[in-house]
Amino acid sequence: MSEPKHFTREYVREEVLPTAFCPGCYNGIVMNALALAFKELGITDLKNYVFVSGIGCSSWIPSPYIKADSVHTLHGRAVAVATGIKLARPDLNVIVIAGDGDLAAIGGNHLIHAARRNMDLLVIMVNNLVYGMTRGQQSPTTPYGKVTVTTPYGNFEMPFDIAGLLAHTNANYVARWCVSNFVQLKESIKEALTKYSRGFRFIEVWAPCVTYVVRYEGKTPGEKLKEMREVCVPMSKYEKLLDEQKVKHVAVGVFKKEDKPGFVELYKEYVARARGASRG
Amino acid sequence: MLLTGNEAVAEGALAAGCNFYAGYPITPSSEIMHYMARELPKRGGVFIQSEDELAAINMVVGAALAGAKAMTATSGPGFSLMQEGIGYAVMVEAPIVVVDVMRAGPSTGQATKPAQGDVMQARWGRHGDQYVVVLAPSDPQEAFDLTVKAFAIAEELRVPVIVLTDEFIGHGREVVEVPEKVEVPSRRTQAGPDEPPFYSSDPRKAPPLPPLGAGHYLLITGSTHNEWGYRDVHRFETHFKLVKRLKDKVWLNMDRIFMYEVVGDKDPEVLFVAYGSVARSAKAAVKELRGKGVKARLIRLKTLWPIDASLLRRLGGEPKAVIVPELNLGQLMYDVERAYSPLEVPVIHYGKVGGGIPIYPSELVSKALEVLRK
Repeated sequence: MSEPKHFTREYVREEVLPTAFCPGCYNGIVMNALALAFKELGITDLKNYVFVSGIGCSSWIPSPYIKADSVHTLHGRAVAVATGIKLARPDLNVIVIAGDGDLAAIGGNHLIHAARRNMDLLVIMVNNLVYGMTRGQQSPTTPYGKVTVTTPYGNFEMPFDIAGLLAHTNANYVARWCVSNFVQLKESIKEALTKYSRGFRFIEVWAPCVTYVVRYEGKTPGEKLKEMREVCVPMSKYEKLLDEQKVKHVAVGVFKKEDKPGFVELYKEYVARARGASRG
Repeated sequence: MLLTGNEAVAEGALAAGCNFYAGYPITPSSEIMHYMARELPKRGGVFIQSEDELAAINMVVGAALAGAKAMTATSGPGFSLMQEGIGYAVMVEAPIVVVDVMRAGPSTGQATKPAQGDVMQARWGRHGDQYVVVLAPSDPQEAFDLTVKAFAIAEELRVPVIVLTDEFIGHGREVVEVPEKVEVPSRRTQAGPDEPPFYSSDPRKAPPLPPLGAGHYLLITGSTHNEWGYRDVHRFETHFKLVKRLKDKVWLNMDRIFMYEVVGDKDPEVLFVAYGSVARSAKAAVKELRGKGVKARLIRLKTLWPIDASLLRRLGGEPKAVIVPELNLGQLMYDVERAYSPLEVPVIHYGKVGGGIPIYPSELVSKALEVLRK
């Protein structure tokens, strides 16, 4: 008898394995969380799901690994392409997976406007804190003080708190988890696919690049995961920290949970109004 | 109907079955967007005003991949922003229509004034080897007709088609005959087991584009890919085969894509080659010259890319001079020079741009008489 397959393999294109990810890369944890979320929801075939990604390491999670329709776009344009797909085919579930450089820098405008429109998309931003694919340059989420190839004397710019930013928009669902919060991450994905299945849903996954962040810190991916268990704290705890401690911690949790009608439903109403008006 | 060129573009798109429009405001193309904003919701189509032109073009590509007949319209600066997205559409073979109502540039230039400065950009604005189709209507009627044609070519060849108009056409109002029904064939979606979405054994045909959500597990990427969409960013064979096919698909259909109109004498002393609004002045100039006893001819191009250079030469006879009037400092002129290079005929550019000043027929008549030393 053959060994039972790992649950993730049900959802990947086996012919393209092994993945191109670096040994220890946390993208594997994100893939597993996604696969387990689908499995626990009883979704065995992803044919009603379209994955859209940009350019970067995490954009390779759906293209080519996840066994579903996947559209691998230009750098920064995943949310715009996903918007076009969703509006042309509202019956499909559209999930964007891309990185912090793709979504928050070059594609930042699309991200905030999709949130403003409460566009019916689930966006998973794998935040590896740098541009991992192009050798670890500073990104908009690189922590203050971090040494990268483009901040060789330490990053003097302040990073974006993307989940915090989007929590202040019209988006329905905003959460942030570290890869060390595997169960919470998986539950968050499930929630964003079921109970909160409309409007703009955003999950940031804190997943430092093992090659250009973790290794530079002299740590193994395993050691860094253990460290994340200490530094990734719920918002209630984070808020009580002193400012100098805050920079060393990451606030995690679900920051916003609403179930307002998304763009698709509002557009349907708009169409009805337009048709009524045209009838006079 | 009494329509401006911009309205005629919108009517043409709707007649062709356009059901998705994304766009960003810009002069002098905005009326196309206004028209679609009013008409599409009533017809159950999708209209969205995007946050910028990068979003517009990428939404349009996404919608096209998802099965919609999708279009955007813009002008100079917006067209520049859309270039990367048009290149992406070439690579993933998304059937899209992009309208550029040309205004005087570069940069912000003269936003309300006509020009024909985007001819080369429409062809070559993207990086890498890529081939698109560029159509150039001359009046509101043709803005309607060629927008319909643009959708037909886009759907058939899975290629971006660019419609180049200019401010004169866009804001000029004329009677446009809108037919009851327009036939635009939709792309092939049904693929046999041996028909991959990114390869066709007949180089003149586009492969079928299966719908999303039908269990095909499509892999669509702007990276170099094989016939099933798997990324291959290393091998020569994969890349060369792909870009060659993307070129051939357009190039080998030249006989159907290259459209033109010819007026005047078969054995002209002076030949005009023109397109867009300027071609109307050239047509008037040909009439006037013939009235003066000068043999004159006009080749009016409806297709600006691809151009069949040898046909262009055969159409023109053996003139003593060729005049290429354009609202720019010389762009189509280079194609005409190339076409007529075997004949040692002088190819003269007559160009001006800015201030909303047209090229008048009288100027072209004077120029013709001058070069013919009459």
